[in-house]
Amino acid sequence: MNALTDTQRNATTAADGSGNGTGAAKPAARRRKPIRTRAYKWFRVVALVAIVLTFLAPLVWMLLASLKTNVDIYDASKAVIFSPTWENYDNVLGRNNYFTFIFNSFWVAFVSTGLSLIIGIPAAYSMSRFAMRRSALVVLMARIIPGVSLLVPWYYVFSNLRMVGGYEVLILSHMFVALPLIVYIMMSYFDSMPLELEEAAQVDGLTPIGAFTRITLPLSVAGIATAGILSFIFSWNNFMFALVLSGANTKTLPVAIFNFVSYASIDWGGLMAAATVVTIPIMIIALFTQKYIVSGLTAGATKG
Amino acid sequence: MTALSTDTTQRGPAGKGPKKTGWQAYSDWANDHRKWLFAAPAMAFVGILIVFPLAWTLYLSLTDASGSVRAESDFIGLENYAEVLTDTQRFWPAVGRTFYFTIGALAIQMVLGMCIALLLWRPFKGEKFVRVVILLPLVATPVAVGMMWRLILDPNIGFANQLLGFFGLPGQPWLSSPETALTTLLFVDVWQWTPMVVLILLAGLTSLSDEPDEAARIDGATAWQRFWYVTLPLMMPTVIVAVLLRGIDALKTFDILYATKGKGGGSFNEVETLNIYAYGLSFDYMDYGVASAVLILFFMIIVACMWLVTFRRKGNK
Repeated sequence: MNALTDTQRNATTAADGSGNGTGAAKPAARRRKPIRTRAYKWFRVVALVAIVLTFLAPLVWMLLASLKTNVDIYDASKAVIFSPTWENYDNVLGRNNYFTFIFNSFWVAFVSTGLSLIIGIPAAYSMSRFAMRRSALVVLMARIIPGVSLLVPWYYVFSNLRMVGGYEVLILSHMFVALPLIVYIMMSYFDSMPLELEEAAQVDGLTPIGAFTRITLPLSVAGIATAGILSFIFSWNNFMFALVLSGANTKTLPVAIFNFVSYASIDWGGLMAAATVVTIPIMIIALFTQKYIVSGLTAGATKG
Repeated sequence: MTALSTDTTQRGPAGKGPKKTGWQAYSDWANDHRKWLFAAPAMAFVGILIVFPLAWTLYLSLTDASGSVRAESDFIGLENYAEVLTDTQRFWPAVGRTFYFTIGALAIQMVLGMCIALLLWRPFKGEKFVRVVILLPLVATPVAVGMMWRLILDPNIGFANQLLGFFGLPGQPWLSSPETALTTLLFVDVWQWTPMVVLILLAGLTSLSDEPDEAARIDGATAWQRFWYVTLPLMMPTVIVAVLLRGIDALKTFDILYATKGKGGGSFNEVETLNIYAYGLSFDYMDYGVASAVLILFFMIIVACMWLVTFRRKGNK
């Protein structure tokens, strides 16, 4: 990171140096502009470094703390320089059954995303092509409803069916988050897709459904990836539904981390290791699929 | 619309033939009704898991359901609403906190987000790196984020107070004091969600055409004038989308509040927003009737806020 800011700085000074050199030879009225631009450039570099530090430093701190012993965490002089240890990860992953929770989180996110894609994509297609704005509004309602208001009836029904604590309930509840997201993203994707391709396919003898499965779907891979990745992340990060609906064996990672604190005094090293374990997979996914995540989060935002 | 008309031309040869097999008939029927066939599973899911529970919440809010989920309950009319609306101990303070948190976080996020978006707008060296960095808080698990800030903001061992000490400033109690906890969490929310505003506004900025800005520049407008009179008005639709998306999520914030302060928003209910209050009533006190009344009121507040924002928007057009 330091290397990058240095190169940035060098680049700016180099550019400024040349700009100033030519500016000095020119009349006073012309000279004012480069100076102002130069001040702005420096301000921009400083501001960008500040932004990067603000957003990155807390995460780095979490990572560092997860590699410290609890004695080192309490020692301010060992903030950055310390002898790293895997002890916390050993504790969290080995003794506290975290592999089960990692599997639970993954399985619930994976299945709920898959099922939501299967029922969400055709629905989004229909709503986009037939302009079913009112139906779309009903699905998108799910985005504004507070989750707790659904949890009470769900808990009522599912505990009477003795289903609370099973994967099925968790998957259904996560689909509540995933489905509106997928419908929203896919609708804006289908909206921007030209109709002509499907019409051409139908002239060539495909049925409308055939045109959808053989022409539209293969062309929507980028949109589907976007919707799928985002829905997976939202499900992985979800806390409230799993807090109520999961059992001892189906706990997802966020709930496991939350419970980590409830016992006695806080084991900071272990807690940070647990927090790192839940964030790292998502961050790695984000690094490789940045383009999709950004396009999904901003889907429909620029249409006004 | 166009798809509907091509529909009939396509169906012609397949539908007319006298040798229509069973499969063909089925396929024709599916193609004719694909509008509803495609939408049906999603609509059914929404109906069963969202509309029906909402209706039930409405019903529960009119009963004295409490204790066990299998217990009998009686219809008591609007009593729960009367109880909630006259409750100055928990309900109204929670409403106040919800608005303080939402409006505060939203205002800071919009201003900061706009500044950062403008800063990232024009290409620069290391652009990719900065964009990845601002994406990280956004995808991080909120519970983990809450725990991370708990350590950083710990009054005794946290990095935040070490940093203040380095600059010779007195340490702050942050999350541990009832006076500062909610504001501290407001800034944690700003840390995590400003990037979302940045991304939305950046998408809007990138889609703007350069010409109005160029024209203003040629006419001698200063940078501030160009932003205030040219860029911002053109960005208004995007800004409103960002306000709506972030506003709704901020109203419903749960994870970081519950993960850092636990049940009831801390021992003095210092960070108890409506969502936390409703959750506590439902699952810590099992007072389903009152909880449902709070939730219905909460839902009405959210819809009212959304209506206000979209109504203003139509007024502007």
